[in-house]
Amino acid sequence: MAPVLENGSRVAVIGGGPAGSLFAYFLLTFARRVDLDVAVDIYEPRDFTKAGPIGCNMCGGIISETLVQALAVEGIDLPPTVVQRGIDSYVLHTDTGTVRIDTPLRERRIASVHRGGGPRDLEERRWGGLDGHLLSLAQQQGAQVIASKVGDVGWDNGRLEVRGKTTTRSYDLLAGATGVNSIGWQLYEKLGLRSRPPQTVKTYITELKFGSAMVTKYFGSSMHLFLLPLPRLDCAAIIPKGDFLTVCLIGRQIDDDLIARFFAHPSVKRCFPESWAPAPGACHCSPKINVREASQPFTDRVVLIGDCGATRLYKDGIGAAFRTAKAAARTAVFSGIAAADFKRHYWPIYHSIARDNQYGMVLFGIVDWIKMLRPLLRGILHTASVEQYSPNGDRRMSLVLWDTFTGSAPYREIVLRTLTPRFLGGFLGGSLRAAALSWRERSRAPR
Amino acid sequence: MTEELLGREYQDGEVICRQGDYGDCLYVVQRGQLVVLHEKDGRTAVVGELNSGEIFGEMAIFERLPRSATVKAQGNVLVLTLDRRAFLRAVHEDPSLAYRILQMMSHRIRMLTEEVSRLQAA
Repeated sequence: MAPVLENGSRVAVIGGGPAGSLFAYFLLTFARRVDLDVAVDIYEPRDFTKAGPIGCNMCGGIISETLVQALAVEGIDLPPTVVQRGIDSYVLHTDTGTVRIDTPLRERRIASVHRGGGPRDLEERRWGGLDGHLLSLAQQQGAQVIASKVGDVGWDNGRLEVRGKTTTRSYDLLAGATGVNSIGWQLYEKLGLRSRPPQTVKTYITELKFGSAMVTKYFGSSMHLFLLPLPRLDCAAIIPKGDFLTVCLIGRQIDDDLIARFFAHPSVKRCFPESWAPAPGACHCSPKINVREASQPFTDRVVLIGDCGATRLYKDGIGAAFRTAKAAARTAVFSGIAAADFKRHYWPIYHSIARDNQYGMVLFGIVDWIKMLRPLLRGILHTASVEQYSPNGDRRMSLVLWDTFTGSAPYREIVLRTLTPRFLGGFLGGSLRAAALSWRERSRAPR
Repeated sequence: MTEELLGREYQDGEVICRQGDYGDCLYVVQRGQLVVLHEKDGRTAVVGELNSGEIFGEMAIFERLPRSATVKAQGNVLVLTLDRRAFLRAVHEDPSLAYRILQMMSHRIRMLTEEVSRLQAA
């Protein structure tokens, strides 16, 4: 008989980041709805209240518009003790100019958070991290946290065995939520998962101590994105938090030289006070991000969720953790825990994320190409800035930029929107107008 | 408003949605309290209140009819807006997202049934 969760079934979740905690939260919530009594253990050795890398899951710390809204509908609160800043706009910086794009209604729809207890040079702890918050929500639903690393896993008479530091426990289902920055893959292989592991690239994240008032004065409640023609740098972001600024660089072989060239770029320098320079020794990390999904995210009684399976390319990783965690929990409670159940009910969501990333690759390929072509870049900025004052509310370009850089819509939808004659016509017209303006300015400039 | 909050701020007495208007979004109360008003034959009655975490405006999404009531802020409130298209897309992918809305609607029907029965008995 195909395995299902029954009263008394036991579930192990390896990893207590957003994917693991949300999986436990939804599994226990759904189980309660159908009067199913299951026990969930979350294996998480880290203490998310500790400052510095020891209590951190290394990430930019943005909760997208879509996820903020989904959590609100689910009744999952993001309290002010977790949200460091509500984001209502973003500013796109290029070497030909800058444009600010607001959310509809100028509403704070995006949350900036720290994942762990905060950067290591934190002086006063005013906010808690997202991961600790979600883990405590899972605990409130009844999940047990085992603060130990998983030493080994195996099978015993058709049941899963998880060996911690001192104990061995058996389970009916195991959810792998180990991300891509910790060792976990060997465990899944031991359990019989035959899959290509996720492909990753390294990013660079640093936390700059800036002070709350200064963050507000210089960065406000906007996320700042940089598309600069620096070799090896795909894109960069400065995310305002409470007392800190999180700087994320995505690219190839990000080294000290590239980091220095980024901070020295006029478009970046303009954002900071004149005398400011990055202080040496700031909390920083080079986490890997998943850029290609694991080919097979499940087998009988084992399912991979979050980053160790599939995530959205470059954006909204926490949103993808939410989607995969919830879909896996739904499958386990309402359908079953055999590979066939996950294939039927979990795979469509998983695969849709992976397939959408292919459109994301195309989109970011185009962005990469455009950022080297100044006339087109000027066209984008001109079209978007004119739209901010458009009386008929036509914000095609702004919405494409917003959705691309905030991860608020599927990449496929964004690509299809850019292929319409109205969009292309508007973009071309904007580029020509921007070229004419630039030519006029240059001809007026004193020689 | 402090920087750590999400949604849009409305001042005391400000209308979030108005009875009779067509709406293409639903709302989630983030902080504060709101009052629900219904107008009939020139008379306005308070028909409910909304608190943090509650969802409103969903009827106009599912029925595509004008707003059935006016919702006003009582004191300063924060409300998150979800546009219809994005919400329905999310529900299409994950129908269980609508579970809490069903739960709330079911609770409101129960309250209404009790109210009707109380009025008939009076």
